[in-house]
Amino acid sequence: MKRTKIIVVFVYILFLMLPIYWLLNMSFKTTNEILGGFSWYPQNFTLDSYITIFTDPTWYNGYINSITYVLINTVISVSFALPAAYAFSRYRFMGDKHLFFWLLSNRMAPPAVFVLPFVELYSAMSLFDTPLAVALAHCLFNVPLAVWILEGFMSGVPREVDETAYIDGYSFPHFFVKIFMPLIAAGIGVTAFFCFMFSWVEMLLAKNLTSVSAKPIVAIMTKTASTSGYELGLLAAAGALTIVPGAIVIWFVRKYIAKGFALGRV
Amino acid sequence: MVAKTVNQRAWFLVLPVLFIVALNAIIPLMTVVNYSIQDTFSPGVFFFEGTKWYQEVLSSSRFHSALGRQFLFTAIILAIEIPLGVAVALAMPRTGPWVSVCLVLMALPLLIPWNVVGAMWNIFALPDIGLLGYGLNWLGFDYNYTQQPVAAWFTVVLMDVWHWTSLVVLLAYAGLSSIPDAYYQAAKIDGAGRFAVFRYIQLPKMKRVLIIALLLRFMDSFMIYTEPFVLTGGGPGNSTTFLSIDLVKAAIGEFNLGIAAAMSILYFLMTLLVCWVFYTLMMRGEDET
Repeated sequence: MKRTKIIVVFVYILFLMLPIYWLLNMSFKTTNEILGGFSWYPQNFTLDSYITIFTDPTWYNGYINSITYVLINTVISVSFALPAAYAFSRYRFMGDKHLFFWLLSNRMAPPAVFVLPFVELYSAMSLFDTPLAVALAHCLFNVPLAVWILEGFMSGVPREVDETAYIDGYSFPHFFVKIFMPLIAAGIGVTAFFCFMFSWVEMLLAKNLTSVSAKPIVAIMTKTASTSGYELGLLAAAGALTIVPGAIVIWFVRKYIAKGFALGRV
Repeated sequence: MVAKTVNQRAWFLVLPVLFIVALNAIIPLMTVVNYSIQDTFSPGVFFFEGTKWYQEVLSSSRFHSALGRQFLFTAIILAIEIPLGVAVALAMPRTGPWVSVCLVLMALPLLIPWNVVGAMWNIFALPDIGLLGYGLNWLGFDYNYTQQPVAAWFTVVLMDVWHWTSLVVLLAYAGLSSIPDAYYQAAKIDGAGRFAVFRYIQLPKMKRVLIIALLLRFMDSFMIYTEPFVLTGGGPGNSTTFLSIDLVKAAIGEFNLGIAAAMSILYFLMTLLVCWVFYTLMMRGEDET
């Protein structure tokens, strides 16, 4: 029985790793070798694709643009969601349940519905083609998500903590920053992780809200794919590199992730 | 648990969120509503059309078949991912150094940009140079997802299972790890079998997270766009054209604003309805516990 369990987990992880291995495998091949036929590992190992990406500004700027809007979005989402989540977890107020569902309903809104109006809206605010536009647009689904997760974590903190602090004479902002936020530090980390993740992986809005100067890496990849024929090696290397930021972030929150899932409600 | 205090000033804490989400939700949604009831012949000139676009969309066979494909897809991936995710979560070790490693490896697919996922599988499944396509043909299957609708469906479903099952695993695992050891010991003393342990201890404890998993997987699979678009482009033919793909095709490809907007509204309302049902069930479950 113990052995079947290990086999199940092993096979599942193997299934997850195979396509990733294939991507890495191709990123170390030349395009000609990729198109030349099937092989388990690169015959002529080359780092050319990676060198191109790190030396060509159109490529590496794509990564910088993506990371810029993802970070802006994470900061905005978490800082806006913190007070709101506190309100939902501690108080009852008029329309609170409806408001909460309305917020969540935006997490459910298909991005495809919003593509055109978003382009118009952000053009009208003259933010089109800036990282800020993408960061704000991603707030549509990340802010509700952040409120949802943080509310879960905050509800895990006993209300007596707040009351004691107020009796001790703390003002609300002072209490919130000095006492409450450290208590839910893990929750804030997990929330930031999810905001980072959902902003990083989204492409439809990111691609359509930018044209030249703020083009994210995902859009550069699709463009290269269609204009210069299929530079498969380059594309594979670019794809492999998009896994790196996520992998780094998840390594930092690995201890909290399972716990975060349980307490928070993602 | 102490009851929450009533405090109307809590609204002030919610205002920033309200502002930023309203900016992103209400203004664009109103734009879509506007488009959905008007027609235009030249930029800036609009005519009121009432429900014309809605009638057209609701009676078009194109919308029906996209909707049908969408429900079929969502049903298939839910039927695969939820049981598979629970099974893997049950098989995971509960403590030890391997837990982190497993969790990190399993979370990796979740962190790959969606179009990279599509591109990865696009190549991975190619019959001549991709491992999956080559392997299947080597085993004797006639498999070419760019030409056979069935193969295309198989690939899209497999890709989604690859991409999202880990989310279910992580959630189910979190639910499982909240069960105190004492429960298992008690079950052992009572002589409960493995199935009884699952049915009466593990499943009830996972209920809440499983509803969340179901909700998230429903929402995300119902709005899936990027991955199948990059993988198959909606083809061969229209066989993998799901709702979002059809919508973007109508809005950007054909510039049928009225139709696309009416579709958007119907699409959004459907998602909302299903999620409202889920949400009500979830909240009811929460009040009980």
